[in-house]
Amino acid sequence: MLVGIRDAAKLVGIAVISCCAVLVCTMFLNFYLDVILIESKITSELSMAFYHAQVASAKVVCLVAGGCLLLTAVVMLLFYVKHYIDTHKKELGILKALGYSNLKIAENFWVFGLSAFFGTALGFGGAFLLMPKFYKLQNQEKLLPEIAMHFHPMLFLCLVLLPTLAFALLAIGYAWKKLRQPVLTLLRDTLQSREKIKRDPKSSDRERSFLEDLRGSIVRTKKALAFFILFSSFCFSSMLQMSFSMKDLASKMMGAMIFLIGLTLAFTTLLLAVTTVVKGNTKTIAMMRVFGYSQKECCGAILGGYRALSYAGFALGTVYQYGLLRLMVDLVFLEIAGVPDYAFDVPVMLVTLGVFVALYEILMYVYLEKIKRISVKEIMLE
Amino acid sequence: MIQVKEVTKSYGTDKNRFPVLKGISLVLKDGDFAVILGASGSGKSTLLHVISGLERPDNGQVWYGETELTSLSDKELTEFRKENTGFIFQQYYLLPQMDVDKNVKMGADLAGNREYRTVIEAVGLAEKLHKYPSQLSGGEQQRVSVARALAKNPRVLFLDEPTGALDEETGRQVLDYICRLQKEYRFTIVMVTHNQNIAEMANTVIQMNSGKIRDIYENQVQKTAYEIGW
Repeated sequence: MLVGIRDAAKLVGIAVISCCAVLVCTMFLNFYLDVILIESKITSELSMAFYHAQVASAKVVCLVAGGCLLLTAVVMLLFYVKHYIDTHKKELGILKALGYSNLKIAENFWVFGLSAFFGTALGFGGAFLLMPKFYKLQNQEKLLPEIAMHFHPMLFLCLVLLPTLAFALLAIGYAWKKLRQPVLTLLRDTLQSREKIKRDPKSSDRERSFLEDLRGSIVRTKKALAFFILFSSFCFSSMLQMSFSMKDLASKMMGAMIFLIGLTLAFTTLLLAVTTVVKGNTKTIAMMRVFGYSQKECCGAILGGYRALSYAGFALGTVYQYGLLRLMVDLVFLEIAGVPDYAFDVPVMLVTLGVFVALYEILMYVYLEKIKRISVKEIMLE
Repeated sequence: MIQVKEVTKSYGTDKNRFPVLKGISLVLKDGDFAVILGASGSGKSTLLHVISGLERPDNGQVWYGETELTSLSDKELTEFRKENTGFIFQQYYLLPQMDVDKNVKMGADLAGNREYRTVIEAVGLAEKLHKYPSQLSGGEQQRVSVARALAKNPRVLFLDEPTGALDEETGRQVLDYICRLQKEYRFTIVMVTHNQNIAEMANTVIQMNSGKIRDIYENQVQKTAYEIGW
């Protein structure tokens, strides 16, 4: 098999994100499905208002957390498929040259769906472990009648089986699309085909040093990596800030849960992005070292090119999370009493930025040190 | 002058450890054209990597004049490579996202060489200045890597099977460029090859077998790239 289980195991990020998304959605959807069963038993006006608040918040959390995380996982899956094809062009080209059809090769990518299965199954199971406590906390003040916990098979179908199938099909479909290129283009195994080469628009403006040229070209030619770093910084910024803010807008348990999930996802996405960036440029760094460029110069030229993008991603994430929470408070919780006012939290933004900068630089440094220990011979033999 | 003293190098760990270099000693004079000749697996590429400071030996020393290479820190070794060495590999290893001009600039900037385009002209690529590696033939790509290495004005040029991926005509052309440029710039050449004919171009030939030097001899007459067999 061309794409093996070991390749799927590298998609740990998708598994983590799926796990978090399904954990949150299962808890709130299961609660939602159980709580609407008791609507007819509610008699007081206060209980009815509380009921409506619970139903609305369950919907919003599922929509926001589930939707955002689903989108993140899909983008990650597409990135991984593209990255896999880019780094295995020669093998794929040989298979095509031997007569394998695009679809036959793409079928192997179903394995990537397994990462979603592991994540969703774990999230689903985990949700049922936490649910008794969650139900208790949701009705702590006993404003609602006893809410019995039921198992809804439809949720298992919708949150575990269907996403797995959808991810497997998406991986196959996207791989099939990416494989639709001439055999020779794949076999040539260069970063750019002849048609795709675009001249640097700034190249004729003035004489730039090699390092300046390299910094620009790295980002320009490895667009997928550039997008991934932008996206992961966006996720880091929005998830971490949103989870800080959600603590004030939701119950303690929900706030803590969202905070933990946000933290896990933020770190996972950034770690994966930095890892991919460094691995994607290992050969260039090795060649620069052979010629005598210092560690600092390699770092500045190769990884520095992504720095501006990562900060742009951070800024976008900040704006996005503010807009989303503002929308939630202004529209969804409009008629619900007791929801605290929401304002942009500058200290939280600064703390998140500090953590982001520190983490980004530490990760880059750790990976560069790792590359330093790889012998040039090993890299050349790859 | 380069002095290699009792160098040993092994790969693998514990039981699977196998020696690649078994006590190599040799001397190369400044301006030499030395060829390390040997069959596949004889340890010639490892010796080149050790002499050039890309790999550290397990034991032994490598001296460049008064500098002992094996005692340098990673940072000092990088600085040493920056100031003294140039590399040409069988697989070229050009940066695919940069054109000919910028690939050569990679070497030139290290030496502060603003006249690097004369080297591009010398290897016959003046008209391909803004072509990318994927738009060049194998021979042209190797000539770019020659220009890249020479643009940093190295004292020693290391070549690892530079014609291994080229056809006869292109191979001769590349070797001819290198020889002509050596006469002009007076750098030392250390070339690894398995092709006995290429050894006739050198003044010093080091024959290797199973990690040891079998023979070192000097050619009385150095042939040109167009005089040797292939």
